[in-house]
Amino acid sequence: MSDPIPPSNGQTPPASPVAKFLRATEIDTRLLGMIGALVLIWIGFHLYGALVNGFGAFLTPRNLWNLSVQTSSIGIMATGMVLVIVTRHIDLSVGSVLGFTAMAMGLFQVRFLPEYLGLGSPLIWILTIVFGLILGALIGAFQGWLVAYRGIPAFIVTLGGLLVWRGAAFLVARGETISPVDERFSLLGGGPYGSIGATGTWIVGLIACAGIIYLLVSGRASRRSHMFALRPIWAEVVLGTLGCGLVIGTVLLFNAYPWPRGIVRQYAEANSIDVPETGLFISHGFAFPVLILITVGIIMTIVMTRTRFGRYVFAIGGNPEAAELSGINVRWVTVKIFAIMGMLAALAGVVASARLNSATNALGTLDELYVIAAAVIGGTSLAGGIGTIYGAILGALVMQSLKTGMVLIGFDAAIQQVVVGGVLVLAVYLDILYRRKSN
Amino acid sequence: MTQHAQTPLVELRDISIAFGGIKAVDHVSVDLYPGEVVGLLGHNGAGKSTLIKCLSGAYKQDSGDVYINGEKAVINNPRDARSYNIETIYQTLALADNLDAASNLFLGRELITPMGFVDDARQEAETRKIMARLNPNFTKFSAPVKALSGGQRQSVAIARAVYFNARILIMDEPTAALGPQETQMVAELIQELKRQGLGIFLIEHDVQAVMDLCDRASVMKNGQLVGTVDVKDVTDDDILSMIILGKQPAKVA
Ligand SMILES: Nc1ncnc2c1ncn2[C@@H]1O[C@H](COP(=O)(O)OP(=O)(O)O)[C@@H](O)[C@H]1O
Ligand SMILES: [Mg+2]
Repeated sequence: MSDPIPPSNGQTPPASPVAKFLRATEIDTRLLGMIGALVLIWIGFHLYGALVNGFGAFLTPRNLWNLSVQTSSIGIMATGMVLVIVTRHIDLSVGSVLGFTAMAMGLFQVRFLPEYLGLGSPLIWILTIVFGLILGALIGAFQGWLVAYRGIPAFIVTLGGLLVWRGAAFLVARGETISPVDERFSLLGGGPYGSIGATGTWIVGLIACAGIIYLLVSGRASRRSHMFALRPIWAEVVLGTLGCGLVIGTVLLFNAYPWPRGIVRQYAEANSIDVPETGLFISHGFAFPVLILITVGIIMTIVMTRTRFGRYVFAIGGNPEAAELSGINVRWVTVKIFAIMGMLAALAGVVASARLNSATNALGTLDELYVIAAAVIGGTSLAGGIGTIYGAILGALVMQSLKTGMVLIGFDAAIQQVVVGGVLVLAVYLDILYRRKSN
Repeated sequence: MTQHAQTPLVELRDISIAFGGIKAVDHVSVDLYPGEVVGLLGHNGAGKSTLIKCLSGAYKQDSGDVYINGEKAVINNPRDARSYNIETIYQTLALADNLDAASNLFLGRELITPMGFVDDARQEAETRKIMARLNPNFTKFSAPVKALSGGQRQSVAIARAVYFNARILIMDEPTAALGPQETQMVAELIQELKRQGLGIFLIEHDVQAVMDLCDRASVMKNGQLVGTVDVKDVTDDDILSMIILGKQPAKVA
């Protein structure tokens, strides 16, 4: 039962410098492809704007900051969609669940809670979020139960859910828009006050850099203690520099986007600060929704790679029968997966309604397509068993870049739909080609 | 071995299970004593795998009972079977192809760090230990098992069944993908486990291997039990004719 062990060096044909670099740093080509696509999209839209409209609006701090905020809600849901698709299911209801939970949270914080706590109570925002997340988790768990214990295909359950929850979002307030939401709640949507400013952003950035260096160092130590092959030192340094460089670049970029003048004036008046003649430069920095997305991404990555539950998700995706025979309670794990998905849809509902400062029954319409596309573009295999959280978040960034870019250069909604639909099919096709080649 | 003083480790009494109209297992009774290897033989489709799946918790029999150490056992799923220290090497191997050897070996029973995370390092160390014993040539510890050869995959499945101190071991054609050398290693493993007092059900097509390894042999045909014989009382031709004709040889019956 022994395959000859290929010698790790030497036998492989002389590689190009690029291939050598990739092998040493262990950056996977798929990640690289995604980043390449992203760069192409960004530069493409910027140049198009510059050449055709006389103004390249894409690669500006303002637009990229907005892009980060707009990516949050899709990105949050895409991390959950990874689990769903890895286990060979699908969830078409996430956009509608977002809409319904956002409406429910809107009513809860505007009509219900103030009656008991008084308007503007500092408890309102947190109770609303807890309520929304529980509601989302229950909806997801119910759909998961129908899939796992009643044997209805997820496609059908969630297709039904797509209509049911959208209709329910209308019915709970007969189509009214609930606005404005609680003041503290609305900060979670971003905006000048919903961002952490220059200092906070530097602190987050430096923590992130420390985290990157810690991961590289501890990863190396653990490889050594298990006698695995180590990356060459120069590759570690390159990875660390790239990672920290990216983080610091993002910090500088987001700090370069100032508050609008009106808000500055308002803020200065409220805090009796004198605004000099040249104006006051107050940075946005990271917006709360982006921090929420990053936090969700980190937690979900730990869940998927380090916990039993995550291991079971992958096992079920790889071979559901084997998972069951290994003593995994496949049906119960499936319920949990859909519950997590529902909860994340509700969290995205928090971000989306906070950003609008209102809840409408149309919130999240068509989001399911963006979310599924994000997960698939990010390398989640529809055949099951394979997928990463960071890939899905990058995929969300790709999808949102396309959408934002088309809006910026003035494509109308019809063209946007054509492009997004085409990209989804193309992404799945490329994925199939990629896997065929790597087999 | 015909006269046993002890209570049997396992007794499958009058087990029946049907799929649609097909009676896959039809009123079959077999038993197994500690330190004994019982061979299960029969053509493809005779119902051998289906019978042992009722013991391993993969299927629930339509009628009939399972007794373990003389007490009626309730086995509704693989978790229940594991709680009776029943381990199974399935004919299909039942591996998650996208996971590595260690993740498969510990699937459902992961080793956990004090923080509550999966202890991949310790799992791999343990996997290396047991593979060094079962298959010293095994080196692909970090590859997903779909990248392994048939024999390597089979040794992962065997390792998983052996690692957790089973008392009852079910081996459904464990050497199907193995070469002669590895088959010999599995034979030695069976003998060692038998000495340790395990009871083993061995599904095997090679009659000669059954004659060498087993104490008794039960033959099935079309879902029914043809008969159970002590291998030292019969020749391999007797067993072959049981498989083919579906009748007990005259001298034992
Ligand atoms: N899950 C199932 N669904 C339907 N029929 C099955 C199933 N499992 C086994 N069978 C049928 O039961 C019979 C016995 O199969 P099996 O136990 O696999 O035989 P053996 O292991 O002796 O080759 C066959 O006719 C097979 O087609
Ligand atoms: Mg079989």
